[in-house]
Amino acid sequence: MDTSEEILELLRENARYSIDDLARLTDADPDEVEETIEHLEESGVIRGYQAVVDFEETDRERVHAIVELNVTLDRETSYSDIAGRIVKFPQVRELRLVSGDYDFDMEVEGDSMREVSHFISDKIAPIPEITQTVTHYLMDSYKKQGIVMGDGDDDDRLSISP
Amino acid sequence: MTIEPSDRVQTVPPSGIRRFFELAEEMDDIISLGVGEPDFSAPWSAREAAITSLELGKTSYTANRGKRELRELIADDQRSRYGLDYDPDEEILVTSGASEAVDLALRAVVDPGDTVAVVQPSYVSYVPGVIFAGGDPLPVPTTQETEFKLTVEALYEAGADEADALILCYPNNPTGATMTDDELEPIAEFAREHDLVVLSDEIYSELSYEHDHTSIATFPGMRERTIVFNGFSKAYAMTGLRLGYAMGPPEAINAMNRIHQYTMLSAPTTAQFAAIEALESCDDAVVEMRQQYNRRRRLVLSRFDDMGIECFRAKGAFYAFPECPWDDSGEFAEALLQEQKVALVPGTAFGEGGEGHLRVSYATGLDDLKEAMDRIEAFIS
Repeated sequence: MDTSEEILELLRENARYSIDDLARLTDADPDEVEETIEHLEESGVIRGYQAVVDFEETDRERVHAIVELNVTLDRETSYSDIAGRIVKFPQVRELRLVSGDYDFDMEVEGDSMREVSHFISDKIAPIPEITQTVTHYLMDSYKKQGIVMGDGDDDDRLSISP
Repeated sequence: MTIEPSDRVQTVPPSGIRRFFELAEEMDDIISLGVGEPDFSAPWSAREAAITSLELGKTSYTANRGKRELRELIADDQRSRYGLDYDPDEEILVTSGASEAVDLALRAVVDPGDTVAVVQPSYVSYVPGVIFAGGDPLPVPTTQETEFKLTVEALYEAGADEADALILCYPNNPTGATMTDDELEPIAEFAREHDLVVLSDEIYSELSYEHDHTSIATFPGMRERTIVFNGFSKAYAMTGLRLGYAMGPPEAINAMNRIHQYTMLSAPTTAQFAAIEALESCDDAVVEMRQQYNRRRRLVLSRFDDMGIECFRAKGAFYAFPECPWDDSGEFAEALLQEQKVALVPGTAFGEGGEGHLRVSYATGLDDLKEAMDRIEAFIS
């Protein structure tokens, strides 16, 4: 694995590793690490850095829904044209084209079920190419971006062993 | 009356890490770099295979030598990884941890009065194992000058040319030293020339970070005089499942099995199911864990470098073996534990050549490892 791949993997594990940490972990020079990250950002490989939040632990209620979208295409309209309209809504957290029974897999976030429902019925369903929406409200999250929600396991090894 | 322990037991002192362990256990919130086992759990699919085997009621003994399916998988695995070629029926014995395999081999090949050369610093079990088998241990010290690699010079200096057997372990616990093909070749030649039986503990073979692992049994004329130990504890993070194995010529494995069938009967059945799954589907987990250890290794070595602590570039296992800033490594480790709540093991626990060094295990999560290194830095400055 070259340094760039390894740095990418480490940042996917924890985007808050410092340049100094990354340099030590990869046996690279700090300047080289900084340049590599700059390059990854400029070339669009790294699109951003975000916290993985467990909303169960916050006071603020957040509602998430996974929405299946079916669309019809015509000569003038492609998947990416439709996607281009949908992603402009800030309520849309994720939008993916998928294989199978429906076309797009969309995640929406809002303050209440009513708000999310209104958004889907008022903003998404009326888009002319969209033929069907199926909404699944998210009830609980167990793992997000590779991180398991919950307390984790205690280290129950003996403190000293041969 | 009171039960008087046998002379055999009384000649072996209690483990050198015992006192230290008791100290550490009394304290809260310590960060331990003193642990000789992975911080990962066994891969989930291996654990699930163990669970499924229990659900299916697979709780009887297995064949003395271990399940045939497992021995076949071990043979294939060792052939493809290291070019070792052993017959699953005659030349492989599945044991309760590699520790049992080492003990069996010593009891199977050592006669009273035989001399067994033990490369040191080394894992704590070899010398007692030799004594329990009735042999005389002969320490062969290695030093930082040779990066704790075994050399022919060290063997001659210790008088190992007169010995009957030689125990070595690379990648090494406690030093993290490894030996390349080229470095092992003269050792193999020495063993042939002086007709030594070689016991090669290769339990850390999958944790070699800068070169491929070579088994000493692969050199010409070595297969017939070598018993190789390996297992699932380190590569697959399965220490508590207690599963290892020995590979060697039929007469050695048969002799070991003679003891094993009376004293152990068979290795834990549930663990054998986990091991089958580990060999069949957990290669990725091994690679992933190796990568994590390697990153931590680099971190630890570079931090010691910045602190001005001399530490040779350990290339294997999950240990660094820095020089101790104080003369007495036991005193240092105790003071570090009391003042900064960081536990590590003084080199003296691992025999000759260990004094003046500390064993630092990096089988610990990155956050704790960084915090521990900060505390060590604060302690010495």
